[in-house]
Amino acid sequence: MSHTDHLDKLEATSIHILREAYREFGSLVMLWSIGKDSTVLLWLARKAFFGHVPIPLVHIDTHYKIPEMIEYRDKLALKWKLNMVYGQNTEALKNKQTYPDGAINRIDCCKALKSEALKHTLSGEWTRFRMDHDKQEYVVDTNAEPYTGVIVGVRADEEGSRSKERYFSPRDKQNDWDVDDQPPELWGQYKTDFAPGTHLRIHPLLDWTELNIWEYIQREDIPITGLYFDRGEGKRYRSLGCQPCTTPVDSTATTTQDIIDELKSGKFANVAERSGRAQDKEDGGGLETLRRDGYM
Amino acid sequence: MSDHSPKDQMSIVIVGHVDHGKSTVIGRLMADTGSLPDGKLEQVRAMCKSNARPFEYAFLMDALKNEQAQGITIDTARCFFNTKKRHYIIIDAPGHIEFLKNMITGASRAEAAFLVIDANEGIKENSKRHGYMVSMLGIKQVSILVNKMDLVDYSQERFDSIVQDYTAFLGRLGVEPTSFIPISAFEGENITEASIEMPWYTGHHVLAQVDDFNKSAEPTERPFRMPVQDIYKFTAEGDDRRIVAGSIDTGTVHIGDGVRFLPSGKTSKIKSIECFNADPMTQAHAGQSNGFTLDTEIYIQRGELMVRDDEPPPQVSTRFKANLFWMGHAPMLMNTSYKLKLGAARAPVKLVDIVHVLDASELSTATHKKQIDRHDVAECILEVPKPIAFDLVSEIESTGRLVIVDNFEIAGAGIILESVSDDASTLKDYISEREAAWHKSEISAAERGASYRHGSKFILIIGSETNYKTELGTALEKKLFYRNFKSYYLGMAHMMNAMRSEQQLNREDIIRRLGELARILTDSGQIFISSIAGIDEYDIKILRQLNEPNDILVVNVSDFAYESDEIGLRLTADTPVNEAVDAICDVLKKQQVMEYYL
Repeated sequence: MSHTDHLDKLEATSIHILREAYREFGSLVMLWSIGKDSTVLLWLARKAFFGHVPIPLVHIDTHYKIPEMIEYRDKLALKWKLNMVYGQNTEALKNKQTYPDGAINRIDCCKALKSEALKHTLSGEWTRFRMDHDKQEYVVDTNAEPYTGVIVGVRADEEGSRSKERYFSPRDKQNDWDVDDQPPELWGQYKTDFAPGTHLRIHPLLDWTELNIWEYIQREDIPITGLYFDRGEGKRYRSLGCQPCTTPVDSTATTTQDIIDELKSGKFANVAERSGRAQDKEDGGGLETLRRDGYM
Repeated sequence: MSDHSPKDQMSIVIVGHVDHGKSTVIGRLMADTGSLPDGKLEQVRAMCKSNARPFEYAFLMDALKNEQAQGITIDTARCFFNTKKRHYIIIDAPGHIEFLKNMITGASRAEAAFLVIDANEGIKENSKRHGYMVSMLGIKQVSILVNKMDLVDYSQERFDSIVQDYTAFLGRLGVEPTSFIPISAFEGENITEASIEMPWYTGHHVLAQVDDFNKSAEPTERPFRMPVQDIYKFTAEGDDRRIVAGSIDTGTVHIGDGVRFLPSGKTSKIKSIECFNADPMTQAHAGQSNGFTLDTEIYIQRGELMVRDDEPPPQVSTRFKANLFWMGHAPMLMNTSYKLKLGAARAPVKLVDIVHVLDASELSTATHKKQIDRHDVAECILEVPKPIAFDLVSEIESTGRLVIVDNFEIAGAGIILESVSDDASTLKDYISEREAAWHKSEISAAERGASYRHGSKFILIIGSETNYKTELGTALEKKLFYRNFKSYYLGMAHMMNAMRSEQQLNREDIIRRLGELARILTDSGQIFISSIAGIDEYDIKILRQLNEPNDILVVNVSDFAYESDEIGLRLTADTPVNEAVDAICDVLKKQQVMEYYL
């Protein structure tokens, strides 16, 4: 007889993947976008490692994130004693080479502030900032070793190209993703061996749906940022990104249960989650152009 | 808003020969059940129009740009849809032979399979190959969709002949098909409602079959098996728990149960079941990723299999017979070292014999093959250097499955058919060959002993405190040397670095080379001292065998007691170094290595 329900099963698989990654990679990080998915991932890490998070968390701060996201990030980092690191494309911001500055289009802005910043933060070429828990502020990180394993909270149901991902997905030296030649995964065995110079992306949430995420947030009572809820203006964010390129949706959902109802049979039952994300639309058939270049 | 949404979920894979219409079946299923996001259908229709191509349901699935260019499914796309009964993940597995590893990836996650056969083209090579793969992957429920019935004028005769041929084929694999359904995905016949064109067919339509597949229960009634994925001791904030972590494959375990770790054979009792943000548990069962603390501090390693003492044990052997499917670009060669992953265990593995190679599409066998080529299925004998714990796939599936890594890639997948007696192990063969081929010195060990005034010995210090081991090793070397003994200390870190620069070496290689060095240095009459961490009883046994006929003295300075008579001396890491040196010298005296002295 089975006592395991669907969320239990998803949780168990994700924990297995997190532990496998922790076992196999000496230089491992987890990307924390501050959004609901990667916050669930962070929670799962606490489950996998029994209250500890023995993996550094990396946030790419585009500078245009909604300010409340950053406050929330640092509050949890201190509370949960996280090894918190952030990186940034300081050059592009300094020289005003961004979309909000009117210098480039949305796609190129994403490439510069996210993909490029991520690539160079992971490789250690650009300055990393690490939370100093004694000082309770960020200091320049002295560790510039490249990270070879990167845990990311992408889900297969988000859009087309993500549905082709593996749990353990290799990237070559240029961060490129060879969609046509991916390793097999079966029976809980993943690609954990890799040639020097390559690295892996690890996707423990691949089989979760948006609804699963919210059901799990409710079950576990995971503290997520208030931006996902309507706070009296009849609007809330369904997906979080940079302020200039993310629009809130019309919704009066004030609780996790309201959001679950909305997704199950209400107004969002058949509307894509990233419909408020402008860069997707400019990329033609999906995020593929961006993802091939290292976008998450 | 009341909640009638289903809680259960099932994964179903769609397989079949290229162009037989798998993606069309899924696209149609999604569209006809209203499972597509608003606007998706229109988006794809518009895209087809702007590219001057006729609309096809398959395009919905082939979400990637280069896929649409080639018109075939390259990878496994997953999509989700619901019926009143369940949530479904539909896995679209590619039919083209080049992408078999993608098909395997998709199919291995499924609880049931649809296998699509084109009524017009009939049974093709991959119709058979995929049928074989589905059975090997352990999927018990297979429904065959005979598609494109519109192209054969909905002919019952044509349908019946495919049913007959394919049933015979599956019979040879021991697979009993769940159903055969005649459909036209393109025209929407027998997809979500009974076909008007085929009144002669009275069975389920596809959607009804989807809901009729049985949910496989978690195997909680089987003997308990948990591959030890890791052992955690996070010391932050005064946490002193030592947690054995892993995902439970089968069975149930309770606090207080006696457990055994294999292959080491160590035993203990479950003291607690650890969890974060959950109610305390007194039992854990299959399907969970858990952590346990034990009653006693025993030295176990990740990769061991945790089982219950009161249940049937797994097999423990260095050799086994497996059915192996090869996906690697390069063939699998005999007597070449590959990496085995079985549960949480990792080990070097060699192909030592090929019983026969099966042509998966024809199910004919070729014997006398000397290698396993890409897309071959081979019944073969595999050997690992030290015993490994596993089950036969006929008894417990999850612990009877393995993959083989070649050149960083998972290149093979196999199921274990039987354990093979390991009397004729490669190590023993190797040692006797080595000894026979060795042009030995004409000076005997006795002559050397008389001249040096002592016998030879391999002294191995084991434990995790690197600095202490090094200090002890060098202090011992010096004490012996200044009393005119031929002594030599080799730090393992140095040796490992030196070897790593040449090639990727695994632990077993390092143990092997240390044993070879010991054999030569003790043969030269020296007292050879080395130290190593993370070693188990079986490694020590291999070192002893490699060093024979000369003697080994193992000095344990670790926190763990080894349940083994291989240990010559137990010290703790807080014993002052000079006392430890004296204790070792005492043993050497007793063993008469130093009979002429002190």
